[in-house]
Amino acid sequence: MVSDTHGEEPLLNYEVMTVVEFTRLLEKEFEDIEEGTLIPSMNYREIPEFSSMHALILIALIDSEFDVLLNGEDLRSVNTIEELFNLVTERL
Amino acid sequence: MSVVKTSGVQIEAISACVPRRIVKTEDYPLFTKSELKFFQSGTGVKERRFADSNVCASDLCERAARAFFDSGITKPEEIGVIIFVTQSPDYILPASAILLQERLQLGKNVLAFDINLGCSGYVYGLSVISSLMAASNITKGLLLCGDVSSPSLSYEDKSVYPLFGDAGTATLLRKGEAESIFNLQTDGSGHASIIIPGGGTRNPVCSTTFEKKDFGNGIIRADRDLHLDGVEVFNFALREVKPNVAAVLHAAGVEQDDIDYLIMHQANKLMNETVRKKMKFPEEKVPYSIDVYGNTSSASIPLTIAHCFTNDELSGKKKLLLSGFGVGYSWGSAIVQTENLKVIPVIEFDE
Repeated sequence: MVSDTHGEEPLLNYEVMTVVEFTRLLEKEFEDIEEGTLIPSMNYREIPEFSSMHALILIALIDSEFDVLLNGEDLRSVNTIEELFNLVTERL
Repeated sequence: MSVVKTSGVQIEAISACVPRRIVKTEDYPLFTKSELKFFQSGTGVKERRFADSNVCASDLCERAARAFFDSGITKPEEIGVIIFVTQSPDYILPASAILLQERLQLGKNVLAFDINLGCSGYVYGLSVISSLMAASNITKGLLLCGDVSSPSLSYEDKSVYPLFGDAGTATLLRKGEAESIFNLQTDGSGHASIIIPGGGTRNPVCSTTFEKKDFGNGIIRADRDLHLDGVEVFNFALREVKPNVAAVLHAAGVEQDDIDYLIMHQANKLMNETVRKKMKFPEEKVPYSIDVYGNTSSASIPLTIAHCFTNDELSGKKKLLLSGFGVGYSWGSAIVQTENLKVIPVIEFDE
């Protein structure tokens, strides 16, 4: 779930953030997913129980942590977690 | 940015009426356990109110307005204008505000008309009625905002059915000392993101209007049902609300710290909280009612005020920042000054 601290904590250091750290961030965000379950090559839509609410949580997380605002077309244009990460970092 | 300033008109009282019937999110059988958990924690909606099939938005608003008369706050003969903001009118024509003029036994010199807006409707409606009153000899006016959305929700559409609720509200305005400032915006390119496509004159009622179609991802609906593209609306709100609010603060020359409360349209808790945090508004200044009423369209701002505050909490002078955003896209924010704003606790509709 989205934590209560978004937007109130210092932003992450994008310079040193890796796709693995991004993947861990998603695991933390979507409760009930054990650390190490997600891998960067995984289709983000195959995250267990992925629903439209997960898409909103992703957008909120990425906007809060990276100040990058994604729309539906952006989400449809990528498949894997790594592609999503690359899309975000390209816009930093 | 379109800034509207009005002087000499202020909100005197707010009242809200909801149907008695409570519909709990946890009882929606189409959700898996996980979907229910994420939906409730994401949107914040635990329950909402659904009107019986014979109850219109105007009935709920009428009851809310009557509370001003019953409690002696004002009298029908003092009202000079009644505006009804709704997207669920009684009839295609005439305008429901005209029916309410008669039902509330207001005088024949009353101006009465509807405004077809949803989530932004309270802010827009306030700007229209305040401007009208400021430019006229009208001393008291009624702004009614409400929708009965439930008949337009497909039971088999997980994206809308558990989100919306029904409510009606009444806001009494009077001539006074206050100044208000509004920043109103529109982007019609987003019209398809929240829409009931069938039943108007573009797509008139025909044999297929009520035919259910499967759109995948747990969405089965007809053309006459409400369609919501949650991702696009989410993107819109995160993009537009913060600059809109910042501009109205700037135009008013008001610092964010001077605002007593920010009352936002109750769209979706995740959306509202993300916007709140982007604006760095403290949690304690941003009340919510979405947990118990869901998204109630144009009623949500006054309903939240009626639900969350007592007269004591709003006694003295207050500066309220209001922000409505959604269907259209249409959005706006307002800074209004109140003094001893009277709030009637939320009424349950009783036929």
